[in-house]
Amino acid sequence: MPHVELTSPLPGITGLLNTFTEPAAPIRDLTQVIMRGENTLSFGERELIASAVCVGNSCEFCSNAHIAAAARYVGSAQQVRELLDDQAGSSSVSSDLKLHHLLSISRSVGQSGKNATPEMFAAARMAGATDQELHDTVLIAALFSLYNRYVDGMATDVPADASYYETLADRLTTAGYVAKGASNGTH
Amino acid sequence: MPRIALTSPSVGIRGLFEYRPETGAPLKRLAHILLHGESPLTKGERELIATAVSHGNGCKFCTMSHAAAARVHFGDQHDVVDAVVYRGDASQLSPLMRLLLEIAECVRIGGRSVSSELVAKARQVGATDRHIHDTVLIAAAFCMFNRYVDGLQAITPENTEEYLQMGDRMATLGYDIEVPNAAR
Repeated sequence: MPHVELTSPLPGITGLLNTFTEPAAPIRDLTQVIMRGENTLSFGERELIASAVCVGNSCEFCSNAHIAAAARYVGSAQQVRELLDDQAGSSSVSSDLKLHHLLSISRSVGQSGKNATPEMFAAARMAGATDQELHDTVLIAALFSLYNRYVDGMATDVPADASYYETLADRLTTAGYVAKGASNGTH
Repeated sequence: MPRIALTSPSVGIRGLFEYRPETGAPLKRLAHILLHGESPLTKGERELIATAVSHGNGCKFCTMSHAAAARVHFGDQHDVVDAVVYRGDASQLSPLMRLLLEIAECVRIGGRSVSSELVAKARQVGATDRHIHDTVLIAAAFCMFNRYVDGLQAITPENTEEYLQMGDRMATLGYDIEVPNAAR
């Protein structure tokens, strides 16, 4: 049960954003720009960068939602989990070297900004990452560190039913992160 | 040295806002709503929460700048900021503020460490839903700002005088503003 009364019955982040609409507006705008705006990082890469942070922070709701969304772009949820688990970059799922290094930066920033070393940035650059891709990776990791703490710090409900996250992934991959308009949006 | 080539000489998070204005705009609006918008917490109390979280995360730029803003808000009682943040002495604060700072620290460590018992204790000394919510979201938001600043190694001035000017500006004008002349 959430720590405070929500005017929206929806679980996870959605009930929070629909209840506390004033701060929700810039949070949604930021997320839409960074996750769905024009970018040399694909939607799938950005969802993977977000998922790596959610998994690192053990935020169940956010992990389930963003792994489901990432799976729409890169294959199956199992492939996403394998890719996220393969921190050494040894398996064939990590053949994309740039993505592998961006995921390392993301994981590190998710723990602390100070954990992302100059060597990690140098390795990502060697693999072709641009300044803006590095910037966006750090900001996505930082933003999901906010989301994970907001969702878990308020003790929001976490649906057990996997189909809930598939519905959410439908929405995230079609409408993106903008508010649904009415008070019952799904994200 | 910043991890990427910034496009302006502005220090701290402003250099990052100016590097990517599309993301800078909502980040500034969020900071302004959280720290200057409507809340049952005073601006000083909110800046104190922001400073304590930033200090816990070891983010020097955010700690120094928000401590400076908090001191401006607390006026005559400005010593409370250094007592709480640097000396771990919360004895000058109300029981409510002490518990809200405990909640903020739990959020910083990881959202799931905010227990129902801790929230109930805060309610017993007067916390409303909004006190709880605003504390959690400010703490969560500074976990973002701190990671953004330190992850990209934003320019962090060594000179304390610069933070005094920043603190004055932050306390009086807030966050959703353009700052000419290199954001000083």
